[in-house]
This record gives sequence, structure tokens and C-alpha cells, in this order.
Amino acid sequence: MAGKGLTDSAHLGKFREVQQLAYAAAESVAQTLQPGVTEKQAVQRMREYLHGRGVQDWFHVPFAWFGDRTAFHNFWTPVKFFPTHRRLEEGMPFILDCAPVRDGYMADIGYAGCLGTNPVYEQLMHDLAAYRTLIVTRVREGAPLRQIYRDVDALIDRHGYDNRHRVYPGRVIAHQIGTVHSRLPQFIAAGFGIRSLQTLVGDLILERMHHRSPLWADGEISNHPATPGLWAVEPHIGFRDVGVKFEEILVVTPSGDAYWLDDDLPHVRRWQQAAAAS
Amino acid sequence: MTRDITATDGVTLRVHESGPPGAPTVVCMHGYPDDHTLWDGVTAELAQRYHVVAYDVRGAGESGRPHGRQAYRLDQLVRDLAAVIDAVSPDRPVHLLAHDWGSVQAWHAVTGQLLRGRISSYTSISGPCLHHADHWLRARVRRPTPRAFRELVTQLRSSWYIAFFRLPLLPELAWRAGLIQRVLARTDGAGTPTAANGVNGLQLYRANIMARLAALPARTTDVPVQVLAPQRDPFVSLSLQTDIARWVPNLAVRKLPAGHWLPRTHPHAVARCASELIDYTERGAQARGLRRAWRTERERPRFADALVVISGGGSGIGRATALEFAEHGAEVIVTDIDQQAAERTAQLANTLGPRASAYLLDVSDRGAMEKFGTILRENHGIPDIVINNAGIAVAGPFFETTVADWERIIDVNLWGVIHGCQVLGGLLVEGGLGGTIVNIASAAAYLPTRSLPAYATTKAAVLALSQCLRGELAQAGVGVVAICPGFVHTNITNSARYVGLDAAQEQAAKQRATMLYRLRNFTPRHAAQDILRAVERDATIAPITVEAKAGLLASRLTPGLLRALAKTDLIPR
Repeated sequence: MAGKGLTDSAHLGKFREVQQLAYAAAESVAQTLQPGVTEKQAVQRMREYLHGRGVQDWFHVPFAWFGDRTAFHNFWTPVKFFPTHRRLEEGMPFILDCAPVRDGYMADIGYAGCLGTNPVYEQLMHDLAAYRTLIVTRVREGAPLRQIYRDVDALIDRHGYDNRHRVYPGRVIAHQIGTVHSRLPQFIAAGFGIRSLQTLVGDLILERMHHRSPLWADGEISNHPATPGLWAVEPHIGFRDVGVKFEEILVVTPSGDAYWLDDDLPHVRRWQQAAAAS
Repeated sequence: MTRDITATDGVTLRVHESGPPGAPTVVCMHGYPDDHTLWDGVTAELAQRYHVVAYDVRGAGESGRPHGRQAYRLDQLVRDLAAVIDAVSPDRPVHLLAHDWGSVQAWHAVTGQLLRGRISSYTSISGPCLHHADHWLRARVRRPTPRAFRELVTQLRSSWYIAFFRLPLLPELAWRAGLIQRVLARTDGAGTPTAANGVNGLQLYRANIMARLAALPARTTDVPVQVLAPQRDPFVSLSLQTDIARWVPNLAVRKLPAGHWLPRTHPHAVARCASELIDYTERGAQARGLRRAWRTERERPRFADALVVISGGGSGIGRATALEFAEHGAEVIVTDIDQQAAERTAQLANTLGPRASAYLLDVSDRGAMEKFGTILRENHGIPDIVINNAGIAVAGPFFETTVADWERIIDVNLWGVIHGCQVLGGLLVEGGLGGTIVNIASAAAYLPTRSLPAYATTKAAVLALSQCLRGELAQAGVGVVAICPGFVHTNITNSARYVGLDAAQEQAAKQRATMLYRLRNFTPRHAAQDILRAVERDATIAPITVEAKAGLLASRLTPGLLRALAKTDLIPR
């Protein structure tokens, strides 16, 4: 997936479009969430929205987590990630996460929301902004990914929160994404589209040969500066029974510069509005 | 100011007034065998803000002493009160504060028709409504469940003297001979009652108790009533005083660690509680302690309206404990030597609980602690729970531990707790309403190891101090809880000082210790949950984590084994 030339403006435009589409799906489904809606229903609504707009395949199927499931409490097995019959209630936080593939371009996004008001959710969302700044700054400085992971952990510690992205498979805070070209049939295995999986596994092998990984975690294999390409970065922080995250594409150029692909996203707009209001 | 007021049947009542005349009026009614001087300590405080009236009930002090028991019937005593209220506060309802037989009269007044609308609030100490008592007694005789039976026996055991007082002549002789005075002198705060007060007041018992065998009609009141129930009252049991919510919808109950003569032994606490109810009925502003005292059907958070102060609350177990208390309804005050960290804890606590604040405090600095105590008292009130948590760690061999290392760890770990107990714990004792002091010791206090000589010494001292203090403060109703955590994953492994290692070795030891603690995976939040439970059950020693519990058991069963294990070096290299 970490194919060369992905950071060309033509490609980036396509990625931005898919990412916008994915966030639009999450936002529009979030609007429809009422007390009593289940995770499964929310996921179904995301599917319908995206299928209706030209999405043919998934990097992974859409996920929805409600209430304390946003903080991944007791997620001992990966099965727990899949949507349940948990119903949304007033004051409950929720996270919608989807990774659609359209015309070979993929996005992977995470949208944290809340039905009504919840002070813990508000505080977490407010503090989440610092992680977006920290990550891009440190990548630009050329810090090894493992070190950035630890810096994020240190910030989480200072904030008094829990690192929830360590619950993801491989403890990853980010993974590389790219275009999908495969002759395999469309098929979902363990929640992942096998055509996307094929490219990811190919990358894993290729990168391993360079002692790197397309997965960004805190192990020895992540002890290198960010590889040029596109990274879906997803810091996920939790406090008590509430978890919040964002997930969006970070562009790392061959020269080592880094920037967020798009600033016109719901969480960024939220922070901009809050900053303008104060 | 003193004046005489004539009662409806011509008896004169001596009335003493103090405080600003325009302020709300508080009428204080003493019991048997006292007179108005019972209230001297309380009046001195209340008179700074209220118009305080204390009168001698007929038969006592300098009021008239009519003959014949009919003159001492409750209906007449309530007419006396009405006469006093008419004279001292003709246009404005008054607040009642009454003790013992004064309480019995005041209950009769607030549940009757004569003074309806003339009484705004009533604080009762150690005296039941006779009608409520009659129902209380009959209900327990009718349905003698084990609990009801126990309550009945407890009350009857303390009420035998009533039967004695109803005998002819004998009680008079006992008073004149000074026998009753000698018995009373053995109770706390009885003062020195005169034989005249004792003899005249006997009519109260003879005229009003068991005046008839038929059940008394139930009497209710809408007036807000606060019952201050002393826990060690030898005459009136807790249940008789407090199990009355069905007749008193607006009932607040506070149990005080004290004996029968509360106004004399705890004037500050009485004045404070009484003014909280008065201020609430006058202005609607409600103090935290009063909020917690209301009897209500709806379920409240475990620590609703409690005030908790915690040192070292900026991180680790301190922060987790502050958050846990906040989540269960308490207002928390967080102190730390790192102000930013304390403020962050308060900010997080605010998202979970009612209110939280943060202060910069170096617990080893006595001056700073005293200053903080004053600020705490003025801005937040007297705390209910004080947690001395701040601590540091020094690891490594004894001979490598310098004098400076020793001084630093003793300053924080031991002096910090001493200052906290004396200054903040002192507030609890002074407040008179009880409370809990929690000292965070460590399993190292009873698990000797060659690796932590300095740390274990300070923690053993904290454990010893806690147990001694628990003995001393039992009388004041202040519990002292020693918490002994084992390996709880906090940043103490990182902030610890490892003596006898160079910088690189120390860094390696820190990383390794942190990793081991992380693998142990006992979170500060778990520790905090255990601390809350320990406070609720007023534990003497609360070991936290399995290894701390097993260690405590082993220290008692096989101390030899632990001594052998002490030779093992625990510092990871």
C-alpha cells in the first residue's frame, strides 16, 4: 500500500474525497441516532449511506461502539469490536468507525459523538486536540514512531487518561493505507476486506525486510521515523466509561515533511469553533 | 438582658436575651435537671448572629415553682413557651433549640395547634416527642422482631430511672441526700445540678409520662426538624430519637459522637448545626452537612455531600482516590506539590462529581499546612474525610542512603502525615461531628526488605501512628484508617530514588520496576475503590492487593519466613 507516488496531488485529491465521504457518512448517521438505536442499526445505516455513494469494498467493515464500549472495557477478544444490540441512551457517548474503499482509494475514519451532554465526553474531546498537534509535530521532527507512541502515552498519563488504542490488534496507534488493486473477489474475513488485507499483508512482508512496519505501535519494529506515504492515525483515549478518538490520514512526504491531509473535518471544526468562541 | 414574663397561670418565667434584637430569634429550652445555663456555651456563639433567648422552665432556675403536678402538664409548658415567644418575637416566627425535657416540650409545641405558624425550625437534642415515643414503644411490643426487641431492651434499660422518679418521696430524698448528683457526676457534662431543680422537675415525669394507658393520638409536624442524636446517650436511644420520619416529613438527622449533655460538652457543634438549619429556613442557603442529614427515600450517592481532602492528589493513588470520591458524590479538595497536576485532578473530578478544587501544598512544611488548614476551613468548611496520601520512595542499601535522603523521605512520608493529622485531623476533632482520617502507609510497613530500609521505616511509622491515633480519637468519633497498598502501578516506580546506583543503572532499574508493576497490572483505580470501602467500614488496617493481604497474614503467622525473605534484593537490575 505504501506505493510510491501516493503523495502526488492527484492521488491526494482522491483520498481526500473518500475521507470526506466517510466522515459525511458518520456525521449523517450520527444525526439520526436516537435513544434506543442499536449498534447494529447504526452500522447498517453507515453501510447503506456509503453503498449508495459508490463505495464497493471495505478496508474493514464499519464499527459502532456505544456507552462504555467506547472505552473498550473488557475487550478481551477481537470479537468484542463487532456491533452488538447495545442501545443508545441519553448522555451516552458513541464512536462510529468506517473504512470504505471507492475506486481503489481507501479512507479509515473514526468519529466520536455523544447523545445529549456528558461532561466527561466534553473534556476528553477538548483534550484530544493536543494529540493531533503532538503527533504531526513529532513526525515532522523525524522522531522514531516508537518514541512518538511513548510521547503520546506520556501525554495520556499527564492528562490522567487511559491509552485505549493499545486494545486495537497489534496495539497500533496508526497504520499505513494506500490504493487497492487486487484480482481477489470481494470478500470480508474477520471484519477486513480480503483485497485490502492482501495489500496490507504484502506491505507487512515488504517492510519487514527493511526492518519497518506499516503498523505503528510501541515495539522495536516501530523504532524508525515515519515511512513516506499515508498513515491513518487513530489516537484513542479513555477516561472512566468514556472513550473518544479521531482517525484521519496523515501525509508523510518523501522529504520527511508531514501534514494532515484535510483540516475540514468534524473534530477539527469543533476545536476551531471552540477556540474562536473563547 | 434579663426579664420576667408571666405565664397564663401566673407563674413567672425568667428569660435571658442576648445578641442583635433585629436578627432571627432562637429560643433555647433546657431539660431536666438543668436550667438556662446549660446553653451558655452555645449562646455565646449563636448570639454573634441571632437574637438568642434562653429561659428557665417553670420549676427550674429562677422561674416560679408552682406546686402540684397539674402545673407541669405539657399543654401548660407549651403555653409558657407561647408566652415567651409573644414577648420576645411578637411579629416573627422563631427557631427552637431544645434539649432533653426541653425537647419533649418543643416537640409538643411543633406538633400542636397553639403555636402553628409561629415556629420556623426546630433543632432537637436527646428528647423525643412523647406521642412518637408511645407509638415507637407500642410498635415494637406488637411486632417484636429481633431488631425491634433489641431496640426495646436498649431503651428500657436506659429508662428504668423514669419508674424510680414516679415513686413517691424516694427520689426527693435521693436528691436531698446528694445521691443523684453523685450518679450524674459520672456522666460527661452533667454539670452540677441543684437539688431544688432536681426535686421540682420530678413533676415533669409524674405529670406527663404514662399519664394514661390508652394509645396517644399520632402527632405530626410540617416544621423542618433537625435531630442531633448523641451516639453515647445513656438515657435516650438513637432509634427512639431518629426513627420518626413517618410523623416528620422534613427531618434531618445527625449522629454525634458524644454523650447526653451535648450542649455543654460540644457547644461548637451544636451552634454550628443549629445555625445551619436556621440559615436554611431563613435564606434557603444550605450547608453541606445539613444537605447530607435530610432523611429521604431516594437513593443518594455513597459519599454525597461529603468533603474530602487529599494530599498528593496530582497523580497515582491520590488522583484515582480523588476521582473515585468525586464519582460517588463527594466534594474533593486536591493538594499536591505540583500545582498543575493538582489542578488537572480537580478538573477531571469536576466532570464526575459536584465540585472540586486544587491547592499547592508541600505537606512537609508545617507553616504551609497550617495556612492551608485555615483556607480550607474558611472556603470549604470542616472536612469529613482527610486523606494523607503524599509520599515518595527511596530504594537501595542502608549505608548508601545519605542523611539528606533520610531527611527528605522522613519529611514527606512521616512529617507530612503528622502535619496532616494534627492540622487537618484537628479540624475534624474540633468540628465535633466525627469523620475519618486515612493515612496511606504501605505493605512495606510490615514486610521487611533489605531493598527499602528508608521507605519501609517511614511507612511502618505511619502505620504505628495511625493505630495509636485511632485509639486516641475513638472518643471523638474520628476513625483512623491505615491503607497498606502492595504493588500498585503508579509513577512511584519512576519518581523513586535508587541510592547506590549510577545514573544509567538507576534509569534501568526504574524502567524495569515500571515494567514489572505494569505487568502486575493493579491499577490505582482499583486501589481507590478499596480505599472507599475501607473508609465505609472504618477499617483499622486495609491491605490492598493480594500480596499485601497475604503479607499481612504471613507477618502474623510466620514472621520468621518474612525475615528470611527480607534478605532478598528486590531492586530489579
